[in-house]
Amino acid sequence: MASLGKITRRAFLFGAAAVAGGAVFGYWYVSTPYENPLEGDLAEGEATFNPYVKIAGDNTITVIAPRAEMGQGISTTLAALVAEELDVPLEGLKVEHGPASWAYYNSAMIEEGGPFAFYDESVTAEVMRSVMGGVAKVFGLQGTGGSASTRDGFIKLRQAGAAARLMLVEAAAARLKVPAGELKTAAGSVVHEASGRSLTYGEVALDAAKLSPPADPPLKEKSAWTLLGKPQKRVDMLAKVTGAPVFGMDVMLPDMLFGTVILSPRFWAAPIKADLSKAEKMPGVIRIVPLATNYGHGFGVIAENTWAAFRAAEAIEAEWDAPEYPPDSAGIAKVLTDGLASPDGSAMRDDGDVDIAFADAPRERIVEADYFVPYLAHAAMEPMNATARFSDGVLDLWAGNQAPTITRSLCATALGIDQHKVNVHTPSLGGGFGRRVEVDFSLCAALMARETGGRPVKVVWTREQDMRHDAYRPAAAGRFQARLGDDGAPVALDMKISSPSVMASTLRRLFPSMSPLGPDRTIVDGAYNQPYTIPDYRVTGIAAPVTVPVGSWRSVGSSINGFFHEGFLDEIAVAGKTDPVALRKRLMAGYPAAVKVVEKVAAMAKWGERLPAGKAKGIAFTLSFGSWVGEVVQVAQMPAGIRIEKVWIAADVGTALDPGIIEAQLISGAIYGLSAAMGQEITFADGAVEQSNFHDFDAMRIGQCPVFEVAILENFHKMGGVGEIGTPPAAPALANAVFALTGKRLRSLPLGKEVTFA
Amino acid sequence: MRLIVDGKPTEINADPEMPLLWALRDIAGKTGPKFGCGIAMCGACTVHVGGSPVRSCSLPLGQVDGEVLTIEGLAREGKLHPVQQAWLEEQVAQCGYCQAGQIMSAVALLDQVADPTDEDIDAAMSGNLCRCGTYPKIRTAIKKAAALKTAGI
Repeated sequence: MASLGKITRRAFLFGAAAVAGGAVFGYWYVSTPYENPLEGDLAEGEATFNPYVKIAGDNTITVIAPRAEMGQGISTTLAALVAEELDVPLEGLKVEHGPASWAYYNSAMIEEGGPFAFYDESVTAEVMRSVMGGVAKVFGLQGTGGSASTRDGFIKLRQAGAAARLMLVEAAAARLKVPAGELKTAAGSVVHEASGRSLTYGEVALDAAKLSPPADPPLKEKSAWTLLGKPQKRVDMLAKVTGAPVFGMDVMLPDMLFGTVILSPRFWAAPIKADLSKAEKMPGVIRIVPLATNYGHGFGVIAENTWAAFRAAEAIEAEWDAPEYPPDSAGIAKVLTDGLASPDGSAMRDDGDVDIAFADAPRERIVEADYFVPYLAHAAMEPMNATARFSDGVLDLWAGNQAPTITRSLCATALGIDQHKVNVHTPSLGGGFGRRVEVDFSLCAALMARETGGRPVKVVWTREQDMRHDAYRPAAAGRFQARLGDDGAPVALDMKISSPSVMASTLRRLFPSMSPLGPDRTIVDGAYNQPYTIPDYRVTGIAAPVTVPVGSWRSVGSSINGFFHEGFLDEIAVAGKTDPVALRKRLMAGYPAAVKVVEKVAAMAKWGERLPAGKAKGIAFTLSFGSWVGEVVQVAQMPAGIRIEKVWIAADVGTALDPGIIEAQLISGAIYGLSAAMGQEITFADGAVEQSNFHDFDAMRIGQCPVFEVAILENFHKMGGVGEIGTPPAAPALANAVFALTGKRLRSLPLGKEVTFA
Repeated sequence: MRLIVDGKPTEINADPEMPLLWALRDIAGKTGPKFGCGIAMCGACTVHVGGSPVRSCSLPLGQVDGEVLTIEGLAREGKLHPVQQAWLEEQVAQCGYCQAGQIMSAVALLDQVADPTDEDIDAAMSGNLCRCGTYPKIRTAIKKAAALKTAGI
């Protein structure tokens, strides 16, 4: 694992920003709280206790859950953290996303951004985590990502509830003229049992909010939890089964116009010439405007309705500049595979001496393989959209987004206004998966709102624009080599992974003034930091210079390297004539949490029991976002092709805050990974994405969906994330099952290019 | 033109070529049906016309030949439809964006088949895409809804 010496020699992305941030802002800035953004926007008689809690005179209690609700249930779990300590039932709360604010920075999101594995608890690793957490605060990064929201909120939000409760009790004690120690709280009221008197929180809220908040309010022991640790009814469920207007797509404002965009089919390319005349004359069209943002170029169509805008966009005739990257998939793949031979890689793991280990290895003891994964689109169900109104110098923006403070800052820059003149409203997201970290849809709407004389404009992208203008999961090429020992287990493992840098690409769009300063750990994430002990073990990442925009796709690097590492480990097991479960348990013996996960999932799946002819199983394990996840996939050969029959998942999340939501997320993550492994791929021709809609970039349908069985474990002492962890082991478990069924070792995704799925 | 939408006469002045989805959303203000693909591949826009499920993104307004029912008109007098009730009890939705279409397809299925098999469910629901992977819960909820409906709940 990376030592202190190696880290100081090599700066790394965001790490360098961390050091710069600390130097510029200093400790004072890092340790001082931000202002409460709710202060300026309270209703009559309403009081706020901290950025997370508002209470009105009628006892309406509002909890701010400042993370994007994109299906992962975060609004419910964050509200439960507050409600647990505030002593109110979840049904008794209003839950809102709240405004964009630095106060809602997410430290956990980049705490693990250093070059350390999650299980590395050395002083150096811990110092780095604390520095990185400080950076999130310095930059006021309010974001939803990295499966970090519960880890970030676990203490903060319980403290917010506990502090408010103590203040309410103190105010009630003064009102009732009894010692605070004689008061209890329940269901949103303060109760004095001895006298039978009680006050609702609402009745004392204004007094209570004037008191100074306790610095370090005590929190309930886990054993005393009444909401946490138990499945809760989701706070957003009723709205979502009745078709309530909760999404950005549903925003309706008085006097609103509608619009769409048509962006350069070649990323970053500017128009050489364009003829808008035909489009401008189409019925319902109001105006067509050129767009130029951090994301490149295009045109915005403003119209009286969405359909008129879509039709006019199709009628725009434009020629675009040449691409700055190889124009087709073969050319891009060549850059990636050429990268594997480059000496410039960065070894984020370098145990023992791999070069010596392979120098004298007998040929028959060496296992070698090349792997490849394609670019992928996020394809969230709700196409990108945003609604903007620019009136009296103030921009109001409604956009389902995962990064409100970045959205605010970039929209302000685009319009040349102060960011305090930008109000970002974050409705529910019809899927995020990392796509809505981006700001392109917001920037387009903001620029178009300049052209409407103050009228709001809802800008909806077609599915085709959405599919062809993503920040894609990057393609990656891997070259792997293992040396087997006398007993068939690997004694040396060398992995090289060449892929475009997600971090460099993200900086270009979101922080264009920052330049990438070092290796990008996402290239090797999921390969360099797995809980296996192999004496000579090296994992090298090479940033391939291809500038197709790439971004965070559910589980990011682990979506690539889970497949690479676990697929190759299966090959090692076969070559060494060892059982894949037994081999994993042996290599991860130093990490009991990992062993227990593998044992559990193997027991659930009855691993090792004989299956009828035409059926087979595969296993994979990935530690990602602080959670340890094993998956077993069972496939069956049917007349129409291979059917995925059953998937077993065991996951150690450390502390399970809501087992119902966690189970749903594990299944969701696995289906997302299986969809990609079965059939998804984004390819390029003439500098443009070839796929355009669900007919050529489909996902698993209900008839293909396997039966799931899930076990949630709580053995590890640190809490892990949930939203992304089901994805990484899905593809390799499927590929390993397909090998067990057919004898075909598929090293390239999607598997559907080689086999048919029923 | 004049349509009956969720039981109410609704005047819609629009090009008859405009897909029903956009007429509902942009003109009638019915945002329950969702835009997902525009080519009848994802089912997010599913509504009933004359009692049958249709992909409103691909049905021109001029060809609408029956009463339109959207997710917003499913609950009657404050009481959820059994399918919505089952969805609520089984906690089906995640992001929720596809669910209006899923529910409308499930309602149509149960109108035709009181006690659907897994094969019936696959056939009726395969046109409705969900990227969150709520399929296992959709299957359970449809069976629960069938039971609720048969019991007259």
